Amino acid sequence: MADEVILLDYWPSPFGIRARIALREKGVEFECREENLRDKSPLLLQMNPVHKKIPVLIHNGKPVCESMNVVQYIDEVWSDRNPILPSDPYQRAQARFWVDFVDTKLLKPADQLWQTKGEEQETAKKEYIEALKILESELGDKPYFGGDTFGFLDIAMTGYYSWFEASEKLANFSIEPECPILMASAKRCLQRESVVKSLHDSEKILELAYKLRKEYGV
Amino acid sequence: MANKPILLDYWPSMFGMRARVALREKGVDFEYREEDFSNKSALLLQSNPVHKKIPVLVHNGKPVCESLNVVQYVDEAWPDKNPFFPSDPYGRSQARFWADFVDKKFTEAQVKIWMKKGEEQEAGKKEFIEALKILESELGDKPYFGGDSFGYVDISLITFYSWFQAYEKFGNISIEAESPKLVAWGKRCMEKESVSKSLPESEKIVGYVAEFRKNNLGSE
Repeated sequence: MADEVILLDYWPSPFGIRARIALREKGVEFECREENLRDKSPLLLQMNPVHKKIPVLIHNGKPVCESMNVVQYIDEVWSDRNPILPSDPYQRAQARFWVDFVDTKLLKPADQLWQTKGEEQETAKKEYIEALKILESELGDKPYFGGDTFGFLDIAMTGYYSWFEASEKLANFSIEPECPILMASAKRCLQRESVVKSLHDSEKILELAYKLRKEYGV
Repeated sequence: MANKPILLDYWPSMFGMRARVALREKGVDFEYREEDFSNKSALLLQSNPVHKKIPVLVHNGKPVCESLNVVQYVDEAWPDKNPFFPSDPYGRSQARFWADFVDKKFTEAQVKIWMKKGEEQEAGKKEFIEALKILESELGDKPYFGGDSFGYVDISLITFYSWFQAYEKFGNISIEAESPKLVAWGKRCMEKESVSKSLPESEKIVGYVAEFRKNNLGSE
């Protein structure tokens, strides 16, 4: 029986993109269904009643929610190719630790970069760069956070990389001079086929951010 | 010869307790070290420079931080006894999802009950009861969240059980009335030695919270 793989998604989402990338890294055929977050589909509400958020991976009718949970699930189901997590328990713990860091310390300032202005935005910029610098130190001289291979933390970060250009324009700053090594790794990730196929035009993301800022009166 | 794993911990922390339960479930002999937050040890600052928080498990000289991360690491480093996860990927993703729910929604709600008062506390109570009901619904008629066996979600939540009396006293709620199945589950888990040895007595937590509220909120 062929697998049925549906992804409930939202095109600019840095979380949705993680799921898309993971599926493509594994060469899995899937149907991407775009959600309107202001008018969520009955399927989304039924499949993720607790959080009502995307991404939701529906595999043969069963839902998996929370982006990095989805990525790990994909890694475990399609375990015969392109492993995303390392096999050593300590390395896995490190990967999970840094993904948690990213989704706690980087997430809030990343959101505030496009949601705020003035002093609030300046503070967000500082915290954002600070978090990126800590990550750059963790990267060291490895091509990817996963070492020689594109892995769990790289996939998590690519969500944020996909918003780098838009964030820089919105908050008027440049990431490369602050974190050149991280930026080099980011560019490497953004060129991967699975990422290129999953990415949307930075211009479109920027356009959306401007539109939302206007709506929120920022 | 490998040294005993060291757990840097703090007795009332429900996050530290998770690591204790996990290690005991696996029958791991470990060294427990109490941290003083007003004077954090060199080992803590060196092992967890990013967050400077407990629990930290130092195993073979290498640190593992963040409580649920420690629990997963313990499961993977000592895989031959009492697995915390089912073997099928879907069951595993469900376990991770619910532990994450405990870590976000449930944790944020309970903290408002014991650390706040007035309107903030009231808001926290509402969220807490809502989260309890969602968890109780997920538990259903199973003996444990893991089904027939005590697992990852059980470990993530049971440590808050030692705080139930404090939530009831300072939040003026009855957890039994709101979620009887969950309380029954708590009592069932407490029958396990790994749990009862790892959780402090509820009265001690009540005393801890009373002290905190006196010092920080000016009243109980």
